[in-house]
Amino acid sequence: MELCDHSAGELARMLRAGETTSVEITRSVLQRIDEREAEINAYITVDREGALRQAQEADERFRGGGRIPALNGIPLAVKDILCTRGIRTTCASRILHAFKATYDATAFRRVMDEGAVLIGKTNLDEFGMGSSTENSVFGPTRNPVDTGLVAGGSSGGSAAAVAAGEAVIALGTDTGGSIRLPGAFCGCVGIKPTYGRVSRFGLIAYASSLDQVGALARTVEDTAFVLNAIAGHDPLDTTSAALPVPDFTAGLGTGVDGLRIGLPREYFVEGLDPRIRECVLGAASLLERNGARIVEVSLPHARYAISAYYLIATAEASSNLARYDGVKYGFRSEEETDLLGMYAATRSQGFGSEVKRRIMLGTYVLSAGYYDAYYRKAQEARTLIKQDFDAAFEGVDCMLAPVSPCLPFKLGEKLDDPLQMYLVDIYTVSLNLSGLPGMSIPCGRVDGLPVGLQIIGRAFDEATILRLGHACETLLGRI
Amino acid sequence: MEFETIICFETHVELKTETKLFCDCPVRYDAAPNHCSCPVCTGQPGALPVLNRRAVEFAIRAGVALGCAINRRSRFARKNYFYPDLPKGYQISQYERPFCEDGTLEIIGDDGEPYPVGIKRIHLEEDAGKLVHSSDSFEAADFSLVDYNRSSVPLLEIVGDHERNPLRSIPEARQYLEKLRQVLRYIGISDCSMEKGQLRCDVNVSLRRKGQPHFGNRTEVKNMSSFRFIADALQYEIRRQAEILRSGGAVDQETRLFDEQKGITLPMRSKEDAPDYRYFPDPDLVEVEIDDAFLEGVRRALPELPDRKIERVIAEYGIARKDALILTRERAVCDYFERSAARCADARRLGAWLIKELFRLLNDASVPIEACPVPDAAFAELIDLIAEGTITDAIGRTVLEEMFATSRRPGEIIAARNLQPIQDEDALSDILNEVLKENPDIVDQILRGNRKPMDFLIGQVMRKTRGKADARKVKGLLEEKFAP
Repeated sequence: MELCDHSAGELARMLRAGETTSVEITRSVLQRIDEREAEINAYITVDREGALRQAQEADERFRGGGRIPALNGIPLAVKDILCTRGIRTTCASRILHAFKATYDATAFRRVMDEGAVLIGKTNLDEFGMGSSTENSVFGPTRNPVDTGLVAGGSSGGSAAAVAAGEAVIALGTDTGGSIRLPGAFCGCVGIKPTYGRVSRFGLIAYASSLDQVGALARTVEDTAFVLNAIAGHDPLDTTSAALPVPDFTAGLGTGVDGLRIGLPREYFVEGLDPRIRECVLGAASLLERNGARIVEVSLPHARYAISAYYLIATAEASSNLARYDGVKYGFRSEEETDLLGMYAATRSQGFGSEVKRRIMLGTYVLSAGYYDAYYRKAQEARTLIKQDFDAAFEGVDCMLAPVSPCLPFKLGEKLDDPLQMYLVDIYTVSLNLSGLPGMSIPCGRVDGLPVGLQIIGRAFDEATILRLGHACETLLGRI
Repeated sequence: MEFETIICFETHVELKTETKLFCDCPVRYDAAPNHCSCPVCTGQPGALPVLNRRAVEFAIRAGVALGCAINRRSRFARKNYFYPDLPKGYQISQYERPFCEDGTLEIIGDDGEPYPVGIKRIHLEEDAGKLVHSSDSFEAADFSLVDYNRSSVPLLEIVGDHERNPLRSIPEARQYLEKLRQVLRYIGISDCSMEKGQLRCDVNVSLRRKGQPHFGNRTEVKNMSSFRFIADALQYEIRRQAEILRSGGAVDQETRLFDEQKGITLPMRSKEDAPDYRYFPDPDLVEVEIDDAFLEGVRRALPELPDRKIERVIAEYGIARKDALILTRERAVCDYFERSAARCADARRLGAWLIKELFRLLNDASVPIEACPVPDAAFAELIDLIAEGTITDAIGRTVLEEMFATSRRPGEIIAARNLQPIQDEDALSDILNEVLKENPDIVDQILRGNRKPMDFLIGQVMRKTRGKADARKVKGLLEEKFAP
């Protein structure tokens, strides 16, 4: 086991004990990148010099004897949809392939303020639109577990980097499952906090009412470290919640005794790979044996989630992506000379096909005469889905569910069938629609491939899902 | 007139906030291009809007002043369209649940009766940037540049109501706009300078033959920023529509542009080509909740509005309605009037002098009343000197001119320029005798009982003394001389 394979918690202990240095850890990560990156393609941009410089600075902080921030010296990967001043932020799109922001995303700034060492920017489905990290102008990311398989998406680069030891912790974003799904596919831990828990400032918007920044790591505790750093109100994002932020590591290790855990009936029906079902239910009974109470709950409107999600997300996307018009920054086609021609050529050539598909869908959804039938209806469904959760949470503290209905699939397998691809998100999108926090942790293997367990919590109660996640991790062992 | 007209305005007003609607950039009209811009107002990836509280306060203030219902929960919507001056590809505006709805603005109708013109809604939105072309138009230009200094400056849109007491004539339209501008300036939310484009209008016009139940299709003339052009455009548009209706045709529902040079309106786009803006609630901005305390604060801080001020000024200072109307046209003028009147024994005279003399000086020098070089106290002093008869009107005018030029006190100027009135009765008597000697015919007339020409004789004395004689004293002396 190399340094790069350790958890952030372990590395932090070693660093504080003087057993290693951030430079050593960073070199270890960079070496792993040298060994595996050509095959995995987790990163769009690797900043070796910057990483080593930051590692040295982190080491100096250890020697300086001042306050040592929580993530000091820990190698970090950042999904390339979060703005980083001075390093390009591409969204895996041709239209932003050389874009450099003049500002940092708040979440990124906060992890850096805690001393993290930025290794680079990770691959994703263009603008976060996809479930496999194949829709990238920089090529697909491959699953480190089996490089013939997809990493899941859209934060596939961040998940793969963490899983492969090409980073220790990572920031991702989750609009419909984009942290949890690649987390499950690559066998690592991913947390999507409550909508509003983490500032979206500097997160390049796909669907503003659904997007949320979160963390990917190899242990539950590591995601809690990252969440501690990034959570909290930001005056630059008025949708971020002005609520106190607890220490998310505080409840770890307190077990599950007395915890009431719901199993949503609608998540275990037809369409779910029975082997995944078995793994998830196996985890549930293990928890039950350890003092948790397992209760069946119902989310009757769950079947509307995918439709509502793809109506709302595409509607917002069609508007959010209007700014990429070739006028101010990013790619501009030089083929046309008049304004409309320039717009059309720039956007036709600058966006990939999935992005264009969603822009078209969203434009249609918001059009005069269709708004009520689609967008408004979807918002009504969203309200019902939210109410389902509110009702269910009256009797339970959190819920368990699968992350994905299927195991990691082969590269290219679903690329030509967008509907099949969209259905991969069937268990994850409800949380984005309702704003609730969720995490995915490995709960077993099928045919050597990781299976993810999804833990769903009440709004702003990430502490409970972290506590439960930590208990699962302990009981199931490192999978 | 065989036709009746409906005129409805959509008025855009740039608010006088220090910073823009969704970022901290200053609102400045004199800055170098793009020097008042940031990631938010240039629509950079990942930047998010943060609502300016002051702009909301201004919007609510306008709503309260115009008698609107205030929506306690309001929200912003995106209006989607592509244009290079619109950096996000959408304008943040309001659609469902604007801040204010269903207000009125009272004017005096053409029939001489008060007429509460309906206001449908007032909403807040962001302005766009500005395009600068290398030649006259986009089509002809080799290149075009864009300046985002104006991007996201807060705009208030005040929309007239077609159904509820719409405007019925060009004079009413003019009165409406002037009064609207007056009220908005009174409440201090905008300077409404039309030259600076701080007040711009779209105007809707439709006609119907008298006695018919329905109005024809309406046309909208876009983006005008002077009273004159608006009146010209309306006149043209009313005539054009009347001709179409007279010849049995129907007016096309369309958007038109006013050609300022030719004084005509031209079609811009038809109803079928009207863009679909795909409005939807902006997910980047939370709902705005207007609570009791906020609303109460706005109400309390609302200044006295023109209609009420006129009545009070008439009652309090005993001045004519005609003068009161002029004095209250601008809040700053009335403030000046009231400040000086408070120190003056003759408010009516003060009002008259303000309107006649001080306005002339201000106009000639193009100085706004806020920058008037004559302090209100000094002005009051001058009027008192005139009212007491210490100086004559003529000298008063001379003194005021000098006060305007030098900001000195009237007493100082009178002393320095030796303008004290001739009070000495013997000296006045000598001059008067001279005048009588020079005008035997007039003296004759007076002796025969026609007292009218006495004023002429007083005038002659004033001429000889260059206005310094105390007219009342001269009159007294004359009366004495011709006492029966």
